Amino acid sequence: MNARTRLASLARWETLLVLLLIGTLIWGTARSPYFWQGSNFSVATSTFMERAIMALPMTLVIISGEIDLSVASILGLSSAILGVSWEAGFPLWFCIVLALLTGAAAGLVNGLLVTKVGLPSLVVTLGTLALYRGLAYVVLNQQAISDYPPAFTRFGYGNVNGTQIPWSMLLFLALLAVFAVILHRSWVGRQIYAAGLNQEAARFAAVQVARIKIWLYVASGTMAAVAGIVFTARISSSRADNAVGFELDVIAAVLLGGVSIFGGRGTLLGVLLSLAVVATLRNALAITNVGPEIQGIAVGGLLILSVLGPNIARSLSRGRSRPIAGTRGLRPEPEPGR
Amino acid sequence: MDAAAEGGTLGNGRARTLEPEMRTRMDRLTPPQAAEPGSTGPELAALDAPTAAAVVELVGVTKGFGAVQALRGVDLALYPGEVHALVGENGAGKSTLVKMLAGVHRPDSGILRVGGVETVFHGPLDARNQGVAVIHQHPTLFPDLDVAENVFMGRQPRDRTGRVDWRTMYREVERLLGTLGVRIGVRTPVKALSVADQQLVEIAKALSLNARVLVMDEPTASLSAREVDRLFAIVRQLRAQGVAILFVSHRLEEIFALSDRITVFRDGAHVITAPAAELTTEATIRHIVGRKLEALFPKEHAEIGQVVLEVRGLTRTGVFRDVGFRLRRGEILGFFGLVGAGRTEVARVLFGADRADRGEIRLDGHPVVIDSPLMALRHGIGYVPEDRHGQGLVLDFPISANVTLPILARVSRLGLLDRRREREIAADFVKRLQVKAAGLDAPATSLSGGNQQKVVLAKWLATDPKVLILDEPTRGIDIGTKAEVHRIVSHLATQGMAIILISSELPEVLAMADRVVVMHEGRVTGEFGRAEANQENVMFAATGQTAAPVGSGVGGNGLA
Repeated sequence: MNARTRLASLARWETLLVLLLIGTLIWGTARSPYFWQGSNFSVATSTFMERAIMALPMTLVIISGEIDLSVASILGLSSAILGVSWEAGFPLWFCIVLALLTGAAAGLVNGLLVTKVGLPSLVVTLGTLALYRGLAYVVLNQQAISDYPPAFTRFGYGNVNGTQIPWSMLLFLALLAVFAVILHRSWVGRQIYAAGLNQEAARFAAVQVARIKIWLYVASGTMAAVAGIVFTARISSSRADNAVGFELDVIAAVLLGGVSIFGGRGTLLGVLLSLAVVATLRNALAITNVGPEIQGIAVGGLLILSVLGPNIARSLSRGRSRPIAGTRGLRPEPEPGR
Repeated sequence: MDAAAEGGTLGNGRARTLEPEMRTRMDRLTPPQAAEPGSTGPELAALDAPTAAAVVELVGVTKGFGAVQALRGVDLALYPGEVHALVGENGAGKSTLVKMLAGVHRPDSGILRVGGVETVFHGPLDARNQGVAVIHQHPTLFPDLDVAENVFMGRQPRDRTGRVDWRTMYREVERLLGTLGVRIGVRTPVKALSVADQQLVEIAKALSLNARVLVMDEPTASLSAREVDRLFAIVRQLRAQGVAILFVSHRLEEIFALSDRITVFRDGAHVITAPAAELTTEATIRHIVGRKLEALFPKEHAEIGQVVLEVRGLTRTGVFRDVGFRLRRGEILGFFGLVGAGRTEVARVLFGADRADRGEIRLDGHPVVIDSPLMALRHGIGYVPEDRHGQGLVLDFPISANVTLPILARVSRLGLLDRRREREIAADFVKRLQVKAAGLDAPATSLSGGNQQKVVLAKWLATDPKVLILDEPTRGIDIGTKAEVHRIVSHLATQGMAIILISSELPEVLAMADRVVVMHEGRVTGEFGRAEANQENVMFAATGQTAAPVGSGVGGNGLA
């Protein structure tokens, strides 16, 4: 596969996502008069922003050849820390910083276990998924904290004055710009792709693979904390079970965006489009009174199609199948060279 | 230059005009083993109908991949009881032909005959069932299964109740290995075996399938001299039993030591098939490259300066111990040893990929600690690794991104990549090293082995190193590019770069190096100046001064 055909197939994939998005929009408009309205846009986006924010670092983590399953639990833990520290009487800005530091620390633990101890990231973050959620329960002890100041909660569900654009969306767009520059314009981004495609060759080219991955996990944890703050503000409540299961939506959106689960391939543009598709689809289904169960089935189906699609195409073109998942960091056996 | 070009045309022309004549003569000559008693007698009666005697025959076979024509109407016939060498530069079509015989590729046009009958291989299993076995360069066995299980994979003998009959299986494999005269435990897991032993397991597997044709693709690439000798003894034994062997290799010494006939491919076309006795190394190289090579190992005179790198008592427990040497500006220091002697392991420590347990490394007289490749890079040490695909290149990256990977910080401004600068740097080195590629955006996968190696070289030259460690820089690359690599290395030395050249090819080391450090089982067993180094004393040191003088396998034959 040379660069041009890969670019072509990528372009096709992103075109497909655009078509899928347009299709969903048309379908939603046809089904409900309320769909194509500014207020619905505001609702659809604001309820999805936490997941969108977490999808940004997740894209980089997966491209580097690893995965982070613990993001939703970090969200819950930092939300819990925010609540407990607020209730203890600290100023809000201090509570927010504390929550962010909690997220960063949780990410650092993930990163150290993956790089320094050398455990597979799938196992490490599966473990911390349970661990961090458990800590959230310990911290909050079954209570819900919801006496947040109105200025804070308005940030969670409110729109920019005079528009239908949620504040959280502005935050997301700013973060998107930062991550896009890092991944697609900076030299660190190039090193992330190199690490995902061939970790050993990257190491032999003086790329500090371990350090990069640690920072990616710290970023992932920190963004999960940001999402936790947004989520807490939106529902005006810190509960230990905040955002349970969000990691699946996040990873689904990243993979649907064309990022290879084996690392080294994918773009933030694709992820942005797939976020739009998933958010629109869920909203269109919800607005036509389709329950969350069916929504889950639809999103799950899309995900499987997105992962299967390229694999089927590849195995058809090569006349043989390849393993879906390897062991370490979910990567397949290296292909023998030409 | 003129003479070379002329020689080339002459060589070409002669090859073409002689070809039909040569082939008729060969028909009478082959198979060479014909006279030997015990070989396949009956088929040989039909001397005037050689096609009847050939076990496998390809006639006018073509194969294209997209725009690339890999084979353009080639002929090849393999006779029982012959070792037939197939040589050519990378991209000459050897691999495609091997894959065709393995049943992986099907010809676009042309005829494939097995035992005189026209046939089509529908897949690898089909080829195997028709008696064609292929031994790949890297054995394709199940590492966690034992030797016997691998030999009988998928067709284990069963007892009456349908369970695997382990006793019969182990007995049968023991017998097979016995006929090969090798001692490998049948219950040993394959991953515990050396590459050489794994190849023998593959051969045993082929024999258990009653293979009449054995195709060996670069079987000696990762073997030590002793292992090569053992392999050759087995190949000769199989030849005497009437097996037809196609031997694909880059190493001309081995080809002349082993084969009865030689076929040369160039650019997907058949150039010549001739008895080995009628060809010389010189002539073969001429056929391979299509021109005369002035010298295969050009060595320019370089001014040898101050000590740049000094290593003392370097030890990595269980791997190597007390390694010490000095490297000067402008010097090419050859590192010779058999596979497993510890040369690569020393290089890895110097490059910061592994840590030493004891010892001292001094750069320009100052002791340094090199704990990562990044640190090595900062100290001006570059390392072109042996494993191009695994360690040298990010195969899916374009050439430009591969070249600039270690110096990304330098081609960036405020952390952002300056793509124009990146392309300028890459273009400069691609031009200087004459990398043949469709463009800077061509992925490394699209390049031939030799050009991939040049990209790895370019990558490290771009870091402007003081010390450059080259680990088997010419392994598996074609002769033309090999000479170019030698020229480049030689030229770098004249510019004051200090170079460590790790190579398992003795003529290369002797021709290129100013001094030779010889290692054996993790220790330095000899150091020779250019004047005193020769085949005998270097090999003597490399075998730990206990083995008998070197076997025929690596004898010199005018290559240097």
